Amino acid sequence: MEDTDVILLWGSNARNAHPIWFHHLLKGVRNGARLYVIDPRRSESAQWADVWMGVHVGSDIALSNTMAREIIRAGLHNKEFISNACEGFEEYKASVQSYTLEVGEELTGVPAEVIRECAHKYAKADKAMICWTLGITEHHDAADNVLALINLAILTGHVGKWGSGLNPLRGQNNVQGGGDMGAIPNRLPGFQDMMVPAIRERFEKHWGVKLQPTPGWHLTEMIAAMDRKELTALYVIGENPAQSDADANHVQHVLSELDHLVVQEICMTKTAEMAHVLLPAAASWCESDGTVTNSERRVQRCRKVVEPPAGAKDELWIINEIAKRLGKDLNIPDPETVWNEFRTVAPDFAGGMSYARLDEHHGLQWPCPNENDPGAIFLHDRLWKQGAERGTAAPFSVVKHEGPVEKPDAQYPFTLTTGRHLDAYNTGVQTAGYDSPLSRGETLDISPEDAVRVGANTGDTVRVTSRRGSLIVPARIDTGLRPGLVFMTLHYPDDAMTNVLTINASDPKSGTAEFKACAVNVVLATTAIPAHR
Amino acid sequence: MDIKLLDAEATPEERQAVDARLGEPHAAWYGTQARTTRELHVAFGGKDQRDRRHLLLPALQALQERIGWISEGGFNYVCERLTVPPAEAWGVATFYMMLSTQPRPKRVLHVCDDIACRAKGAKALCDELTGQHGGPLPHGIGKGDGHAAGHAGNGAAPGPHSLARRDSAGRIVIDDSHGAWTTSPCLGLCDVAPAALYIEAGPTVVERSLGSVDGDFAMGLLGGGAEPDDVLASVGPAKETQSTQNTQTTAKYHTVTGCLGEPRLLKRIGVVNPTSLTAYQMGDGYEALEKAFELGPEGVIAELNAAKLLGRGGAAFPTGRKWDAVRQQEATPKYIICNADESEPGTFKDRVLLTGDPFAIIEAMTIGAYAAGCTRGYVYIRGEYPLGAQRMQHAIKQARAIGLLGPKIMKRDFSFDIEVRRGAGAYICGEETAIFESIEGKRGEPRNKPPFPVSHGVFGKPTIVNNVETLANVIPIILGGGAAAAKIGTEQSAGTRLFCMSGHVARPGVYEVPMGTTLGELMELAGGVSGSGKLQCALLGGAAGAFVRPDEMNLRLTHEDTRAAGVTLGSGVVVAFDDTVDMLDMIHRIAKFFRDESCGQCVPCRVGTVRQQEALHRIAAKKPHGSVQDELALLEEIGVAMKDGSICGLGQTAYAAVESAIKRLNLYPV
Repeated sequence: MEDTDVILLWGSNARNAHPIWFHHLLKGVRNGARLYVIDPRRSESAQWADVWMGVHVGSDIALSNTMAREIIRAGLHNKEFISNACEGFEEYKASVQSYTLEVGEELTGVPAEVIRECAHKYAKADKAMICWTLGITEHHDAADNVLALINLAILTGHVGKWGSGLNPLRGQNNVQGGGDMGAIPNRLPGFQDMMVPAIRERFEKHWGVKLQPTPGWHLTEMIAAMDRKELTALYVIGENPAQSDADANHVQHVLSELDHLVVQEICMTKTAEMAHVLLPAAASWCESDGTVTNSERRVQRCRKVVEPPAGAKDELWIINEIAKRLGKDLNIPDPETVWNEFRTVAPDFAGGMSYARLDEHHGLQWPCPNENDPGAIFLHDRLWKQGAERGTAAPFSVVKHEGPVEKPDAQYPFTLTTGRHLDAYNTGVQTAGYDSPLSRGETLDISPEDAVRVGANTGDTVRVTSRRGSLIVPARIDTGLRPGLVFMTLHYPDDAMTNVLTINASDPKSGTAEFKACAVNVVLATTAIPAHR
Repeated sequence: MDIKLLDAEATPEERQAVDARLGEPHAAWYGTQARTTRELHVAFGGKDQRDRRHLLLPALQALQERIGWISEGGFNYVCERLTVPPAEAWGVATFYMMLSTQPRPKRVLHVCDDIACRAKGAKALCDELTGQHGGPLPHGIGKGDGHAAGHAGNGAAPGPHSLARRDSAGRIVIDDSHGAWTTSPCLGLCDVAPAALYIEAGPTVVERSLGSVDGDFAMGLLGGGAEPDDVLASVGPAKETQSTQNTQTTAKYHTVTGCLGEPRLLKRIGVVNPTSLTAYQMGDGYEALEKAFELGPEGVIAELNAAKLLGRGGAAFPTGRKWDAVRQQEATPKYIICNADESEPGTFKDRVLLTGDPFAIIEAMTIGAYAAGCTRGYVYIRGEYPLGAQRMQHAIKQARAIGLLGPKIMKRDFSFDIEVRRGAGAYICGEETAIFESIEGKRGEPRNKPPFPVSHGVFGKPTIVNNVETLANVIPIILGGGAAAAKIGTEQSAGTRLFCMSGHVARPGVYEVPMGTTLGELMELAGGVSGSGKLQCALLGGAAGAFVRPDEMNLRLTHEDTRAAGVTLGSGVVVAFDDTVDMLDMIHRIAKFFRDESCGQCVPCRVGTVRQQEALHRIAAKKPHGSVQDELALLEEIGVAMKDGSICGLGQTAYAAVESAIKRLNLYPV
């Protein structure tokens, strides 16, 4: 990041949402990197950019395909890399042919010459990076959005080498670790495919139980299953779906209909309030031992520094106790035992990462198969190698621009997109209780032009209505928005439950809902906002 | 960057002033214009915008020149245009004495009360103004609330005119029917003392250097009745040499120059029209540059080394070595800066060169740029020299028009251009690294060395910084050869030197003499002691210099002789004081100068300069803490701490003149 030449920060307001990481980006910028920020809003991050490209919400694939066509047309694609390491180029090339600069401008709103300049600078750079967050993934075509970015990176060979690559910025210190350990419906620990019989058998042998050859549900599928009364009992660990999921009125309804809801939490969240059984847990980052994996795949030790408050229990203890009461003593005395089991069942992934080595190296990047392996700085440097060392080819993916599911119309003429404030975190479970000089609470951010149209000034109460719900909230004029685009966060559900507005149109591949786009109407409210709490 | 701005809004006039300096805003993200569809989908900024930070000081100056002070709204708009956080820009706006963040009327008279003018009645002038008009405007930081703009500053009595108030809507309203006045450190007009600088803000700012100012004239200016004529404006100021003694008497004021032997640096002063490039070329103008092209970069540097040219700004560093060090740097671009921030009290030689021979400075900078591989030059002129800046700007424009600046100079593969930057009232910006900070749009705080300017100068790039007089030496050296130049003066101090003669001398002015001339000969050249006719002492080298006694007239003016005597040539200052001058008051003024001008970065200097002034005040008021001897011991201790603990010359020399007054003049007998 700090040594790269070109950064495409795509669908991310990292200045607010990843402030520490953003300092590293700024080091790169100060070292001379050219920064492009692709975001419908001229966000705080965008104000640092050499070029802000204000795309229409949900037109990321159109932009990526247009850039790809221009790169290929100008002969700037990395032909050697593509022929050595990729597959599906011709089909991909054909698929982007219709995305001329003019079409790109039409679909994204970004002037053609600006798209061209960005494409050329990215393709010609020695080292270039694409970094993204939820502006890419909180769409109904999230996986396709990601594939569109991957296409650009392999088209230009900006992968698997220093100062280059694809960086999805993680929202928590251990999102990656959750996936590593198998908290994905169709994966076993170490991202091993549970649909492969040989893999399944290995786990069955190790654990002494039979594994179902069917993937589980992801969150949005679970909500649908609850709605069908197919799923009637739920065990929630450290999540607040009652407020954090799209179409919140509906989610709260299905949660309330459950036969049995168990919530394991460190705070009394909205979801915890609904629980039949509440298990107070120790905070994993300071009251408990273990490991975390950060965005660069680095597994680090995490140590207990304080005792949890009375009554709160270590999560490993809770799971052990539940297992005991279900009739099976798992006999897991400590996190290191869990970790060593993980190393045994996922040897190619983490075999070389003993606690001792993690201590010695201050963390190691996976994959790290044996005790002599220094860990992997690059995940895809193999693509630069030849023959068997190269491994599986990187596939180009054909992806098409669709745009958001819900488009503005006469009844709901605004597109509502969502994002973050610097001083708040998700649904506010961990941040709402603290004062901050920056805190301004929930507002409907609106362009100066639309503010005139609606007749609202900063501070005036407006009613925001979608097909699913309605709320009142103070308006705030933001010059970073353009007419037709309004913005809210998810941080203050107790004051304004933004998710009553959002649409539960989820991506079939990733299960992520389209938090970034729904159609709303905004009118000046006649009722005043009730005093807060 | 996503800076947090203030709420205050700029007036249309303030916007206009800033836009005139920065260019029209290229996107509707600033201000209130309707936004185009294109602007709603793309914005440029980032590095291009952050790289404009160096325009912060010019933008603030634009407000000062147009409005007369910098309001919160105008300030906010500058911050927005340049993406500088207000907190940081405030540090810059309040650093420079000529920028006011408090309401001020359009017309302000800056009256010099520094040493040379003080010897010539500046104190009486200030007293008269205080009595008739009211006290001076305060210096320092205000919140712009209108209160501070009264006449409460410097402990003076409130005056008859209230300058600023707030109307019912809370806007600041300024009464422009009367001007205001303020005291000023040395304005570099010591030869025409008592001096003042008149500034009238407006669409075209009026800035005039005034000499021989009396109370009636000053009151006329403040009331709006009198017409300020620039004391320096005549194109051909009088020239006076020992041989001819022809004094021009037609102009009301004139700059006196003189020399012993053949003039080298003052050759064109008063002879060649400084506003005409043709006139400059009619002499031997630009022959030196042609010869430099023949010599090649190494040849040029060899000539400077042969001439044994040492920097004339005070530090006496070999100029050839400096140029060569920059030449050898690989980093580009490289810069050459002409340090015309002449602010050492008693110094005005650079003013004479800037106003009287600007093309020579341009030619010398071009030669330096050619020798060291610089592509860009800055002439950093102190804010108190409006005519110097105007003449330089005019000269640069003329040179550019016929291809002597810009791309492919004289059809060679060599491109170079120069920009004038004006200071805004800060002595410290003459320090060679503070000048970089100031050009970069920051507070003029000196940097730690190393790294040295030759490798890490302005914008972090290799940079030559030369004093005006040093550059003036380059042309005769190239034309006449280094070896010939080295024959003038002494073995260790080669060449001629400009001396600024002021105070009680009969003909104050700038005199060029070969190094090694005695102080007595120089005094004689300037017409001898005036005033009472009896010399009490003379300050040699400026406020950072030292006092000499009447019995030291045989002192040879060389680096080696002055060093041996425990004094310094400094910037070529000689301020003579007759036996009627209150030297305790004069020393106190010098101490006040350092207190005002300390940038505050190094604690020993920030605190020490204050403690030094306080101790001197107590002694002068005959209320020493303990005995006078105790106070002197304290002063010595403070002086050593400042010398040891300051990173730049200001703190290191802040005790020098005081020390010499104690030890060489025995001014404080115990």
